[in-house]
Amino acid sequence: MTLTINGAQKEIPEETETINMLLNHLQLGNKKAVVERNGVILKKEQYDEEPVQPGDTLEIVHFVGGG
Amino acid sequence: MLKIGPYSFQSRLFLGTGKYENADVQKEAVRESETEVLTFAVRRMNLFDESQPDPFERMDLSGFRLLPNTAGAKTAEEAVRIAKIAQAADMCDMVKVEVIGCDKTLLPDPVETIKASEILLDEGFTVLPYTSDDVVLARRLQELGVHAIMPGASPIGTGLGIINPYNLSHIIEQAEVPVIVDAGIGSPKDAAHAMELGADGVLLNTAVSGADNPVKMAEAMKYALEAGKLGCEAGRIEKKYYAQASSPVEGLSKL
Repeated sequence: MTLTINGAQKEIPEETETINMLLNHLQLGNKKAVVERNGVILKKEQYDEEPVQPGDTLEIVHFVGGG
Repeated sequence: MLKIGPYSFQSRLFLGTGKYENADVQKEAVRESETEVLTFAVRRMNLFDESQPDPFERMDLSGFRLLPNTAGAKTAEEAVRIAKIAQAADMCDMVKVEVIGCDKTLLPDPVETIKASEILLDEGFTVLPYTSDDVVLARRLQELGVHAIMPGASPIGTGLGIINPYNLSHIIEQAEVPVIVDAGIGSPKDAAHAMELGADGVLLNTAVSGADNPVKMAEAMKYALEAGKLGCEAGRIEKKYYAQASSPVEGLSKL
Protein backbone atom coordinates (compact mmCIF):
# COMPACT_ATOMS: atom_id res chain seq x y z
CA MET A 1 0.00 0.00 0.00
CA THR A 2 1.07 3.59 -0.49
CA LEU A 3 1.52 5.89 2.50
CA THR A 4 2.78 9.43 2.73
CA ILE A 5 5.52 9.41 5.34
CA ASN A 6 7.28 12.65 6.25
CA GLY A 7 6.15 14.20 3.01
CA ALA A 8 7.28 11.38 0.70
CA GLN A 9 5.22 8.59 -0.89
CA LYS A 10 6.36 5.16 0.34
CA GLU A 11 5.37 1.65 -0.64
CA ILE A 12 4.78 -0.43 2.48
CA PRO A 13 4.00 -4.21 2.54
CA GLU A 14 0.26 -4.92 2.64
CA GLU A 15 0.60 -6.99 5.83
CA THR A 16 1.62 -3.87 7.81
CA GLU A 17 -1.50 -3.48 9.90
CA THR A 18 -0.58 -1.32 12.87
CA ILE A 19 1.63 1.65 13.72
CA ASN A 20 3.90 -0.67 15.66
CA MET A 21 4.34 -2.93 12.64
CA LEU A 22 5.10 0.09 10.50
CA LEU A 23 7.75 1.33 12.95
CA ASN A 24 9.33 -2.11 12.99
CA HIS A 25 9.29 -2.23 9.20
CA LEU A 26 11.09 1.13 9.17
CA GLN A 27 13.48 -0.22 11.80
CA LEU A 28 12.44 2.47 14.24
CA GLY A 29 10.93 0.11 16.76
CA ASN A 30 13.40 0.93 19.52
CA LYS A 31 13.77 4.67 18.89
CA LYS A 32 11.97 7.46 20.65
CA ALA A 33 9.71 8.40 17.76
CA VAL A 34 6.40 10.17 17.88
CA VAL A 35 3.81 9.39 15.22
CA GLU A 36 1.17 11.72 13.92
CA ARG A 37 -1.41 10.03 11.67
CA ASN A 38 -3.59 12.25 9.49
CA GLY A 39 -2.93 15.18 11.78
CA VAL A 40 -3.61 13.37 15.06
CA ILE A 41 -0.75 12.71 17.49
CA LEU A 42 -0.81 9.13 18.74
CA LYS A 43 0.27 7.99 22.18
CA LYS A 44 2.84 5.19 22.48
CA GLU A 45 0.27 2.93 24.16
CA GLN A 46 -1.86 3.16 21.03
CA TYR A 47 0.81 1.99 18.57
CA ASP A 48 -0.15 -1.67 19.00
CA GLU A 49 -3.78 -1.18 18.07
CA GLU A 50 -3.93 1.85 15.82
CA PRO A 51 -4.25 0.76 12.19
CA VAL A 52 -2.33 1.85 9.14
CA GLN A 53 -4.49 2.21 6.05
CA PRO A 54 -3.72 2.95 2.39
CA GLY A 55 -3.48 6.67 1.76
CA ASP A 56 -2.67 7.59 5.36
CA THR A 57 -0.42 10.58 5.90
CA LEU A 58 2.09 9.97 8.65
CA GLU A 59 4.59 12.22 10.28
CA ILE A 60 7.29 10.44 12.24
CA VAL A 61 9.33 12.83 14.34
CA HIS A 62 11.96 12.61 17.01
CA PHE A 63 14.15 14.82 19.14
CA VAL A 64 17.30 16.47 18.00
CA GLY A 65 19.79 18.81 19.57
CA GLY A 66 18.57 22.37 19.85
CA GLY A 67 18.75 25.48 21.97
CA MET B 1 17.02 28.23 44.38
CA LEU B 2 15.33 28.95 41.06
CA LYS B 3 11.63 28.06 40.85
CA ILE B 4 9.74 27.77 37.58
CA GLY B 5 6.18 26.51 37.82
CA PRO B 6 6.32 23.29 39.85
CA TYR B 7 10.09 22.82 39.37
CA SER B 8 13.05 23.93 41.49
CA PHE B 9 16.66 24.18 40.38
CA GLN B 10 20.02 24.71 42.05
CA SER B 11 21.69 25.58 38.76
CA ARG B 12 20.59 28.69 36.92
CA LEU B 13 22.15 27.62 33.64
CA PHE B 14 19.91 26.08 30.97
CA LEU B 15 21.93 24.37 28.28
CA GLY B 16 21.02 23.74 24.65
CA THR B 17 22.00 20.47 22.99
CA GLY B 18 22.54 21.66 19.41
CA LYS B 19 25.61 21.69 17.21
CA TYR B 20 28.07 19.73 19.34
CA GLU B 21 31.00 18.17 17.51
CA ASN B 22 30.08 14.76 18.90
CA ALA B 23 28.08 13.07 21.63
CA ASP B 24 31.06 12.62 23.95
CA VAL B 25 31.93 16.32 23.96
CA GLN B 26 28.28 17.14 24.57
CA LYS B 27 28.05 14.75 27.48
CA GLU B 28 31.21 16.16 29.09
CA ALA B 29 30.09 19.75 28.56
CA VAL B 30 26.71 19.03 30.12
CA ARG B 31 28.45 17.43 33.10
CA GLU B 32 30.86 20.35 33.61
CA SER B 33 28.10 22.94 33.30
CA GLU B 34 26.19 21.29 36.16
CA THR B 35 22.99 22.28 34.39
CA GLU B 36 19.71 20.67 35.37
CA VAL B 37 17.76 21.74 32.29
CA LEU B 38 18.45 20.57 28.74
CA THR B 39 16.73 21.99 25.70
CA PHE B 40 16.15 20.18 22.42
CA ALA B 41 14.12 20.43 19.22
CA VAL B 42 11.56 18.25 17.43
CA ARG B 43 12.22 17.26 13.81
CA ARG B 44 11.08 14.80 11.18
CA MET B 45 13.02 11.57 11.31
CA ASN B 46 15.34 11.08 8.41
CA LEU B 47 13.88 7.71 7.46
CA PHE B 48 15.78 5.00 5.68
CA ASP B 49 19.05 6.41 6.94
CA GLU B 50 20.29 4.28 9.79
CA SER B 51 23.46 6.29 10.16
CA GLN B 52 21.49 9.17 11.63
CA PRO B 53 22.69 9.55 15.22
CA ASP B 54 20.32 9.86 18.11
CA PRO B 55 21.64 12.83 20.12
CA PHE B 56 20.31 11.41 23.34
CA GLU B 57 21.26 7.76 23.02
CA ARG B 58 24.37 8.18 25.15
CA MET B 59 22.85 10.54 27.66
CA ASP B 60 21.07 9.48 30.78
CA LEU B 61 18.31 12.05 30.82
CA SER B 62 16.82 10.91 34.11
CA GLY B 63 18.60 13.59 36.14
CA PHE B 64 17.41 16.47 33.97
CA ARG B 65 14.32 18.52 33.37
CA LEU B 66 13.64 18.59 29.64
CA LEU B 67 12.76 21.79 27.86
CA PRO B 68 11.73 21.12 24.26
CA ASN B 69 11.61 24.20 22.11
CA THR B 70 9.12 24.85 19.35
CA ALA B 71 11.85 26.01 16.97
CA GLY B 72 10.81 25.81 13.36
CA ALA B 73 7.33 27.11 14.15
CA LYS B 74 6.27 30.29 12.42
CA THR B 75 2.71 30.28 13.73
CA ALA B 76 1.07 29.64 17.08
CA GLU B 77 -0.62 26.56 15.63
CA GLU B 78 2.72 25.02 14.63
CA ALA B 79 4.22 25.78 18.03
CA VAL B 80 1.30 24.13 19.83
CA ARG B 81 1.63 21.04 17.63
CA ILE B 82 5.34 20.69 18.39
CA ALA B 83 4.69 21.07 22.12
CA LYS B 84 2.08 18.33 21.99
CA ILE B 85 4.42 16.00 20.12
CA ALA B 86 7.08 16.46 22.81
CA GLN B 87 4.45 15.79 25.44
CA ALA B 88 3.32 12.60 23.66
CA ALA B 89 6.89 11.29 23.88
CA ASP B 90 7.08 11.95 27.62
CA MET B 91 9.94 14.34 26.91
CA CYS B 92 8.34 17.50 28.10
CA ASP B 93 8.57 18.96 31.58
CA MET B 94 8.33 22.52 30.35
CA VAL B 95 8.07 24.05 26.90
CA LYS B 96 10.05 26.89 25.37
CA VAL B 97 7.66 28.71 23.07
CA GLU B 98 9.72 29.83 20.11
CA VAL B 99 7.85 31.26 17.14
CA ILE B 100 10.21 32.90 14.70
CA GLY B 101 8.92 35.88 12.75
CA CYS B 102 11.98 36.93 10.76
CA ASP B 103 14.37 34.65 8.90
CA LYS B 104 17.22 37.11 8.88
CA THR B 105 17.30 37.98 12.57
CA LEU B 106 15.44 34.92 13.90
CA LEU B 107 13.61 37.33 16.16
CA PRO B 108 10.37 36.00 17.64
CA ASP B 109 6.93 36.91 16.34
CA PRO B 110 5.31 38.64 19.34
CA VAL B 111 1.69 38.12 18.25
CA GLU B 112 2.09 34.40 17.53
CA THR B 113 4.17 33.94 20.69
CA ILE B 114 1.35 35.39 22.79
CA LYS B 115 -1.25 33.21 21.02
CA ALA B 116 0.79 30.03 21.42
CA SER B 117 1.53 30.78 25.09
CA GLU B 118 -2.15 31.33 25.79
CA ILE B 119 -3.19 28.01 24.21
CA LEU B 120 -0.42 26.02 25.92
CA LEU B 121 -1.23 27.57 29.31
CA ASP B 122 -4.85 26.51 28.82
CA GLU B 123 -3.64 22.99 28.10
CA GLY B 124 -1.70 22.89 31.35
CA PHE B 125 1.86 23.21 30.04
CA THR B 126 4.62 24.94 31.99
CA VAL B 127 5.26 27.72 29.51
CA LEU B 128 8.51 29.63 28.98
CA PRO B 129 8.23 31.98 26.00
CA TYR B 130 11.28 33.16 24.12
CA THR B 131 10.69 36.83 23.45
CA SER B 132 12.52 39.89 22.21
CA ASP B 133 13.71 42.35 24.85
CA ASP B 134 10.46 44.30 24.66
CA VAL B 135 9.42 45.54 28.09
CA VAL B 136 5.68 45.79 27.39
CA LEU B 137 5.55 42.42 25.63
CA ALA B 138 7.24 40.80 28.62
CA ARG B 139 4.57 42.29 30.86
CA ARG B 140 1.77 41.09 28.59
CA LEU B 141 3.18 37.56 28.66
CA GLN B 142 3.40 37.70 32.43
CA GLU B 143 -0.23 38.80 32.62
CA LEU B 144 -1.18 35.71 30.60
CA GLY B 145 0.36 33.58 33.34
CA VAL B 146 3.54 32.26 31.75
CA HIS B 147 5.91 30.55 34.19
CA ALA B 148 9.05 32.43 33.13
CA ILE B 149 10.03 35.05 30.58
CA MET B 150 12.97 34.43 28.28
CA PRO B 151 14.10 37.64 26.60
CA GLY B 152 16.92 37.42 24.10
CA ALA B 153 20.23 39.14 24.79
CA SER B 154 20.76 39.46 21.03
CA PRO B 155 19.70 37.37 18.01
CA ILE B 156 20.12 33.59 18.20
CA GLY B 157 23.60 32.31 17.51
CA THR B 158 25.21 35.74 17.08
CA GLY B 159 27.20 35.77 20.30
CA LEU B 160 26.76 39.54 20.41
CA GLY B 161 25.94 39.54 24.12
CA ILE B 162 23.45 41.88 25.74
CA ILE B 163 22.64 44.54 23.16
CA ASN B 164 20.10 46.41 25.25
CA PRO B 165 20.87 46.16 28.96
CA TYR B 166 18.45 49.02 29.59
CA ASN B 167 15.41 47.11 28.29
CA LEU B 168 16.56 43.93 29.99
CA SER B 169 16.86 45.75 33.34
CA HIS B 170 13.30 47.01 33.04
CA ILE B 171 12.02 43.54 32.13
CA ILE B 172 13.79 42.12 35.18
CA GLU B 173 12.63 44.93 37.48
CA GLN B 174 8.95 44.49 36.67
CA ALA B 175 8.93 40.68 36.44
CA GLU B 176 7.09 38.62 39.01
CA VAL B 177 8.15 35.37 37.36
CA PRO B 178 11.75 34.29 36.68
CA VAL B 179 13.58 35.96 33.81
CA ILE B 180 15.90 33.65 31.89
CA VAL B 181 18.09 35.49 29.40
CA ASP B 182 18.04 33.37 26.26
CA ALA B 183 19.96 33.65 22.99
CA GLY B 184 22.89 35.75 21.86
CA ILE B 185 25.21 34.95 24.75
CA GLY B 186 28.77 34.80 23.40
CA SER B 187 31.11 34.48 26.34
CA PRO B 188 31.16 34.14 30.14
CA LYS B 189 31.24 37.94 30.34
CA ASP B 190 27.76 38.07 28.78
CA ALA B 191 26.37 35.41 31.12
CA ALA B 192 27.78 37.25 34.14
CA HIS B 193 26.37 40.52 32.77
CA ALA B 194 22.87 39.00 32.55
CA MET B 195 23.07 37.79 36.14
CA GLU B 196 24.46 41.14 37.37
CA LEU B 197 21.45 42.83 35.81
CA GLY B 198 19.36 40.62 38.06
CA ALA B 199 18.32 37.82 35.70
CA ASP B 200 17.29 34.56 37.35
CA GLY B 201 19.09 32.39 34.84
CA VAL B 202 20.63 32.09 31.41
CA LEU B 203 19.88 29.74 28.51
CA LEU B 204 22.70 29.26 26.05
CA ASN B 205 23.83 26.77 23.44
CA THR B 206 26.21 27.95 20.72
CA ALA B 207 28.43 29.83 23.19
CA VAL B 208 29.39 26.41 24.58
CA SER B 209 28.92 24.01 21.66
CA GLY B 210 30.73 26.33 19.26
CA ALA B 211 33.65 27.20 21.57
CA ASP B 212 37.11 25.86 20.71
CA ASN B 213 36.87 23.84 23.90
CA PRO B 214 33.18 23.32 24.73
CA VAL B 215 33.88 21.40 27.93
CA LYS B 216 36.04 24.18 29.36
CA MET B 217 33.55 26.82 28.22
CA ALA B 218 30.72 24.94 29.92
CA GLU B 219 32.65 25.12 33.18
CA ALA B 220 33.43 28.81 32.59
CA MET B 221 29.73 29.55 32.08
CA LYS B 222 28.88 27.84 35.34
CA TYR B 223 31.28 30.14 37.21
CA ALA B 224 30.16 33.20 35.22
CA LEU B 225 26.58 32.70 36.35
CA GLU B 226 27.65 32.23 39.95
CA ALA B 227 29.90 35.31 39.82
CA GLY B 228 27.22 37.45 38.23
CA LYS B 229 24.59 36.32 40.72
CA LEU B 230 26.86 36.99 43.72
CA GLY B 231 27.86 40.35 42.24
CA CYS B 232 24.22 41.31 41.82
CA GLU B 233 23.46 40.39 45.43
CA ALA B 234 26.55 42.23 46.67
CA GLY B 235 25.51 45.49 44.98
CA ARG B 236 27.98 47.15 42.68
CA ILE B 237 29.41 50.65 43.15
CA GLU B 238 28.02 53.56 41.26
CA LYS B 239 29.82 54.66 38.12
CA LYS B 240 31.59 58.03 38.45
CA TYR B 241 32.97 60.32 35.80
CA TYR B 242 36.08 61.39 37.69
CA ALA B 243 38.73 59.27 39.36
CA GLN B 244 38.66 58.76 43.10
CA ALA B 245 41.80 57.37 44.71
CA SER B 246 41.50 54.07 46.52
CA SER B 247 44.55 54.81 48.66
CA PRO B 248 44.39 57.53 51.35
CA VAL B 249 45.33 60.99 50.12
CA GLU B 250 46.47 62.15 53.59
CA GLY B 251 49.68 61.25 55.37
CA LEU B 252 51.85 61.05 52.28
CA SER B 253 55.52 60.70 53.19
CA LYS B 254 57.49 63.55 51.64
CA LEU B 255 60.81 63.08 49.98
